[in-house]
Order: sequence, then C-alpha cells, then structure tokens
Amino acid sequence: MNHLKKLEAEAIYIMREVAAECEKPVMLYSIGKDSSVMLHLALKAFYPEKPPFPFLHVNTTWKFKEMIAFRDRIAEKHGIQMLEYINQDGLAQGINPFDHGSSYTDIMKTQALKQALDHYGFTAAFGGGRRDEEKSRAKERIFSFRNPYHAWDPKNQRPEMWKLYNTEISRGESIRVFPISNWTENDIWQYIRQEQIEIVPLYFAAERPVVERDGNLIMVDDERMRLNENETPVMKKVRFRTLGCYPLTGGMESDADTLDKIIGETLSAVSSERTSRIIDSDGGAASMEKRKREGYF
Amino acid sequence: MHTLLKFITCGSVDDGKSTLIGHMLYDAKLLFADQEKALELDSQLGSAGGSIDYSLLLDGLMAEREQGITIDVAYRYFTTDARSFIVADTPGHEEYTRNMAVGASFAELAVILADASKGILTQTRRHARICALMGIRHFVFAVNKMDLVNYSEERFNRLRKDIRILMAEFDYESVMLIPVSASCGDNIIRKSKRMPWYGGQPLLTYLENIDVGARPEETGFTMPVQRVCRPNRSFRGFQGQIESGSIAVSDTVTVLPSGEQAKVLGILDGDEAVESASAGHAVTISLGTEIDVSRGCVIHKDSRLYVSRSFQGMLLWMDGAGLTAQRSYLLKTGTQKLPCSLLRIRHKIDVNTGQEQPAENVYKNEIACCDFRTDTEFVFDTFTHNQALGSFILIDRVTHMTCACGTITRSLSGDNRLTWQNTDITRSFREQQLGQKACTIWFTGLSGAGKSTLANALEKRLAERNRHTMLLDGDNIRMGLNSNLGFSGADRTENIRRVAEVAKLMNDAGLIVLTAFISPFLADRRRAREIIGENFIEVYVNTPLDECIRRDTKGLYASASSGEIPEFTGFGSPYEVPEHPDITVDTAKDIDSCVDDQLEALREYI
Repeated sequence: MNHLKKLEAEAIYIMREVAAECEKPVMLYSIGKDSSVMLHLALKAFYPEKPPFPFLHVNTTWKFKEMIAFRDRIAEKHGIQMLEYINQDGLAQGINPFDHGSSYTDIMKTQALKQALDHYGFTAAFGGGRRDEEKSRAKERIFSFRNPYHAWDPKNQRPEMWKLYNTEISRGESIRVFPISNWTENDIWQYIRQEQIEIVPLYFAAERPVVERDGNLIMVDDERMRLNENETPVMKKVRFRTLGCYPLTGGMESDADTLDKIIGETLSAVSSERTSRIIDSDGGAASMEKRKREGYF
Repeated sequence: MHTLLKFITCGSVDDGKSTLIGHMLYDAKLLFADQEKALELDSQLGSAGGSIDYSLLLDGLMAEREQGITIDVAYRYFTTDARSFIVADTPGHEEYTRNMAVGASFAELAVILADASKGILTQTRRHARICALMGIRHFVFAVNKMDLVNYSEERFNRLRKDIRILMAEFDYESVMLIPVSASCGDNIIRKSKRMPWYGGQPLLTYLENIDVGARPEETGFTMPVQRVCRPNRSFRGFQGQIESGSIAVSDTVTVLPSGEQAKVLGILDGDEAVESASAGHAVTISLGTEIDVSRGCVIHKDSRLYVSRSFQGMLLWMDGAGLTAQRSYLLKTGTQKLPCSLLRIRHKIDVNTGQEQPAENVYKNEIACCDFRTDTEFVFDTFTHNQALGSFILIDRVTHMTCACGTITRSLSGDNRLTWQNTDITRSFREQQLGQKACTIWFTGLSGAGKSTLANALEKRLAERNRHTMLLDGDNIRMGLNSNLGFSGADRTENIRRVAEVAKLMNDAGLIVLTAFISPFLADRRRAREIIGENFIEVYVNTPLDECIRRDTKGLYASASSGEIPEFTGFGSPYEVPEHPDITVDTAKDIDSCVDDQLEALREYI
C-alpha cells in the first residue's frame, strides 16, 4: 500500500468509528481544498450509503463569491445536506474585518461555530485540521475533547493509543475529530490530483484584481472592500494557497494554473501555508493555541 | 512513491530529544523560510540566549515554552529524497509518561536518546520498556552529548554494554547505537569527523534506509466490523479495515462470536468494486447468506481467534486514580466495547530492573500483568499475533478518561468463577533462592531428530554448573500424565497444552525446564509460548527427514512406512517448521559442539 492509500484508509477508519459510536456527528465544511478532500473521503467511507451526517458551513458573510457558488453546486451534485450558519447577532452589529480586527474572527468564526454546534446539539464535529499546519495543531490528538464551553485543555489530553479511539463523553461535552491529521499539504495536493477532486477555481492562478497591503496581495472580490487612499486595484496573476474571508486572505503571484504546476510550486515552497492567513500572525506565535482553547476550530 | 517511516524520539528529560529533531530538520533544509526565521527570532528571546534553540521548533504549547519542557507529543512531517517521515517527539518527564506511550503506540521505530555523560537512566529504561510493550520492534539508541565527553569511544562502549543488557529482556528485530551530539550536529545528517572511531551511518541516513517491513504473524484474514451499511433494502454491507490476510469474492468466511459462515458476495475498496483485498484496506463486504452481523463482530477466514470472557494482559496504567478490583471499566478492543473488571493483579514490573514484583494496587505510570473478566464473551487474539485484536484500552465509566492501555498476552479459558490465590513466596523469590532465572527450553523437531539426546546432554552441562533443571521427555510423559492421549490432531494439541502447563508450573518453582517433544504444529507451539510466557526459548532441531529415517533409533519409521502407525509425523501427519525459532541446531555437527553453541545462545537466559 502506498503512502496516500494508507492515509486514506486511516481517515476512512476514523470517520466510520465516529459514525458508529457518536450520537450526533457533523462534518464542518469550509469550502477549502482540505474540506474537498474530507468530503471525498466521507463519500468513499460510507459508499454506497451517503454520509450519515450533515455538513456545516459557518459563514462569516465575507467569503469569496466563488466559494459560496462552489459550495452550493457541490452540495447539490452529491445530494448531501449542507447547513449554513451565520452569527446573526454579529451581522446585526455590523461586525466586519476592516473595523474589528481580531474580534471579527472571534465573533463571526469562533462564536458562530460554538453557537451552531449548540444550536443543533452536535456531539462530534469533523474538521480538516492537519498537524503540519501549525505548532499547536502538531500537538493535538485526532480526537480532541471540548468541555461544555467548547474549550480545549492542551495540558490534559486523553491518551490516544493505536487506533482505539475513546469516544465517551458526558452531557454537554463534544469532540472535534481530525481524520486527516497526518496528511501534509503536499499529500493533499497529490490526493486531489490522483482522485480528480474538484476544488474552488481560486486555487488556480488567474488574472484577478488585487491590492498590495502589508506585504499581502488582497483580492477585491466585491464592492464592500475598503480601499485606502493610495490603493488602486491592479490585475495580477495570483492564486490562493488557503481560502477564507477575502479581505484577510493573501494571494500569491503565480503562473500555476494546473494541479501539476501547483504541486511543483508547493514542493519548492519557501514559506509554510498559514503565513498567507493574516489571522494567525495576529497576536504572536501562540495566538492559534489561544484561539483553540477558546473554541476556535 | 516514497515509503513512510513513523518513528518516535524518547528518552529522559534533557537528553535532547527536541533539539535532535530540530537540528535534523534545520540541517537537512527541511524547514520553510518563515519557520526558520521564527526560530531565530524565538531563540533570541528564549533560554538559549541568542544561539539557535532547536527545541523551539517542536515545543509548540505555551506551557511548554514557559517551562522549557515538552509536555505532549508533537508530530512533525518531513520528506527527504529517500523517504517520508512522521516523527512523534515525546516528553521525557515521568509525569507525562502516558503522552510518551501515545507516541510509542503510533511508531514503527524508536530513537531513544541517552546522555553520554549520565548513562542509562531509569527513565531511559522505562521508555525502552514502554516502546517494547507498545509493539515497537526497531530501536536506535542515539548516545547524545558526545561533545561533553570529548567524543570518547570508551564512554560510548560503556553505554553500549548497558544497552545490551537492557535490550536482552525485550523481543526486538533491530537495535542500532549511534554516537551523536544533537546541539553540535555530529552524526545527525552527516558523519562526524570528531568520531573517526565510529564506522556506522549518521542518524538520518540510517533512518532513510532501515527496513521496518511488518512481519505480521497472523496470515489468516481478519476484519473487525465497524458498521453495517444499509443504504436500501437490497444492499447490506459490513464496513471495516482488514487487519490481516486477504479476502476474495466467493471465499467462505466465519463471523465471530456467533461462528456462522457465509460466502463473500462482493467487496468494495472505498467506492470501487474489487475481486480481492488485503491487509490495511478499508472495505465493505457483502455476504451471500443473511446472517447476524453487527458492529463488534469479527469476520475471519483461516485465523485462530479466541472467543472468551477472560484474558491476561500487560498494561500501562495512566490515570491518577489507581486500578481497583471493585470498579467496572469499559474495555475497547478492535471495534468492541464492553464492561470489564479486574480478576487479579499477577505482578508489577519494576521499570528499572524489569523484575516482577507482587502488587496489591497499580498506580499511574506503572506496568503490570493482570487478569480481566468481561461481562460477555468477546473476540480477541494475542498482541504478538494480531495487533488490532490484541491491543486494548480501559475507559473509566465515570470520568470517561482512558485510564490504561495494554496488550493481551493470553486467553484464560475455563471457569470464570475461579479466583487465583496469590502466594507470598513468588517466582522471583524462588529464583533468587536457587540463584538462577527460570526458563523453558523447548526442543522441537521430527521423531529421531535428536531432541532427547540433545536435551539430555544440555541438562548434564547445566547440572555441572549447579543449575536446577528438569527434563520433560515426550515418551516419558506419555507413559504417565498423558497416558490417556493418542496421536490424533486433538490429542497432540492436548498433549502439548498439558506439557506447557507443567513446564509453566516448574518455571514458577524456579526451575529451568527442558522439553523434548515433536510438537509438530505451529499453533500448538504458539499456545505453549503463550502459556509459558516470557523466557520461552524455542530450539529447532533441524535434522532432515531422510537422516531421521536412516537413523530410526526407535524403529518407528519402519513401522510407519509399513502403515502400522497411521498418523506418524513426516508420513501421514505434517511437521510445520518453526518460522522464527530462537535457536536452530544443525545436528550434522557432533553433540558437544551443538551443546556449546546452545550454551552460547542461551547465555542471556542461563
């Protein structure tokens, strides 16, 4: 068995364990490439049955337009149940990425996710987190436990032995499950190529209107984008390594408009994936752990 | 495509585990530029005062950076031109032993660090022991901080001796010792000029080349059922991962615990219909007959599994609250989860010396051999034979914590209402009294191969050395204890079971036991090994059948060829050659040199 087949089998095993043992699972769907891989794995894991759980997209309302269109088309194509959740309170308050900085992420992502999980009463939520993304993720178990306030206690993680996953929880507690923990960014791309998995076109280089801001190339995706006085959008050939809220996602100049070219660039990359996500560097090296303790995925 | 090696780094605190991996990644240019920059920045702030502190690459939790220690396992992923690696960097503090065990259960190879200036510490021994318990069979000892001992070969050799003694207790396939300096980068990715006396490979090269190809003992097909897939009325499939062997359409399989049989109608590998599938694959199997199969059942073919309510296991206790007989735990093994309680604690293992100690309780970070009883029958195997069906965890039913992990060493069939009485005079006490370590030297081979002759000669030599021994010989036992048994397959199995139980009793009495039985079947010898437990030494007397027939010391081959003895081994009944005997004897040599060879091979035991 090659490396990818082993990773695939491991992820399928984990998904089946959760479906069999957990009361009310859900799969978080962020529309990104990792989510596309997760959905593909879920379709395989339960075939010929459809995945026996719904998918949940936490929408900040600031996602790229192309992402939302892609989400709706994919859900229909595969006949899966796609839930969308928006923090209505945050929306009413007009919380946005320009004025509210890190509290925007907290309110529209972290709080929204907690509200969504509580609202539906999900006891286990699959996420596409990978250990190679960031240092505190590198320490997280595949089954990661959250108290009733969704907080993670990194100093007291349950031992996780062999493939014997302990899914027992008390009322109010929940589990975050990361079936692709052991995949690297390169594995994800290789698998997308091997399995011909559809991904959002934003991953491929194309001429797009961008402005350069604090060393990042930010795409002007709609009229809500606030431009500074000295900023004028210019067309550049860019692609995105990760997808999120467009005002917070830096693109990179690239000619990689096919999977092979993207894989070629990934292999020779000099910076790790998350540097293009502005949210991670906001608050120092330990910012991700802090957010996760508070319930961020 | 690259092969993948999953390994862990472990060893005592401050032996330099994180630094070693950090340096390896840095030197091998396996870091992204932003990680490298962050590392240099962090180092200026951190405790190493300006020079690069490689451990900061791995210690990712705030509490870890604060205290300058590793608390939990960190997984790192890197690829060289030769191989892909996942390394689990594990904590050295005793307090976090369970997190180290998590890493060990995941790995195929362990890199154990030892400080050249301090030698082999208790924590080093504990880690080696846990690695062996979790099923790791390949070990690398990185003797670190050679820069602090002037790269002394003599110091390295002193550690080599200690490591040899330590490893003698474990079952392993490879051990390698490499002198390194994690902070100075000696023998990490390239050979150090400062240790010309070391002729081996640097660490990374060794890891790139070692073959850890699994050697599963179970060859039959086993698949624990994870879930039943019923998308509509016409399809019913059983989903799970194949743990051993392979399966093909129209094979007949057996479902345990019910024992019902059915033909395989179809196999899906993921979403693709296939004709056959083998170990590791996640499949969906549909069967030709409507039989009762649910989560927790095991579908198998040609494998020997136990269905029982009690078993013996070796466990690592991981919870703050100790193991108690009064409490019911949840046992999870394979895809089964059921209530279970402690029958008895047989003994604890001293992590430092490996000695068995009588125990009333088992506390956090202790290793113990215990018997358990489950509320209902369940399906399992021994860990050495089938990892997935021989490993287990115990879950506290109130806190839901995973409080122990362990490996099944044998099935305890028979009456579950019996309880074992502990005695104050233990096996180790008796061994000490006799000044020896008890073991069973099990001779196997064809009739006339020379088992009795060799066992007899070896016993004489042991007696000369004042060792207390007992020789159990096939014919003699059959004239007494086993006089009611014949030579059918079932009787041969029972014959060997009784002999193994007797040998075990004599071992418990502190004696060195030698047995001389044809013991032709692999499964029977495996069971004997399980009954006798540690210190079972299989000696294969490898005399070719032609030679045995030529010798025919008892005239049995003559009778067998004339048809007088119907199920004679080598004629009507097969002899299954040992797959991995501890010792193989070539009887073309003369007896004395055969015995010399054996004494040499047995040096660690006797």
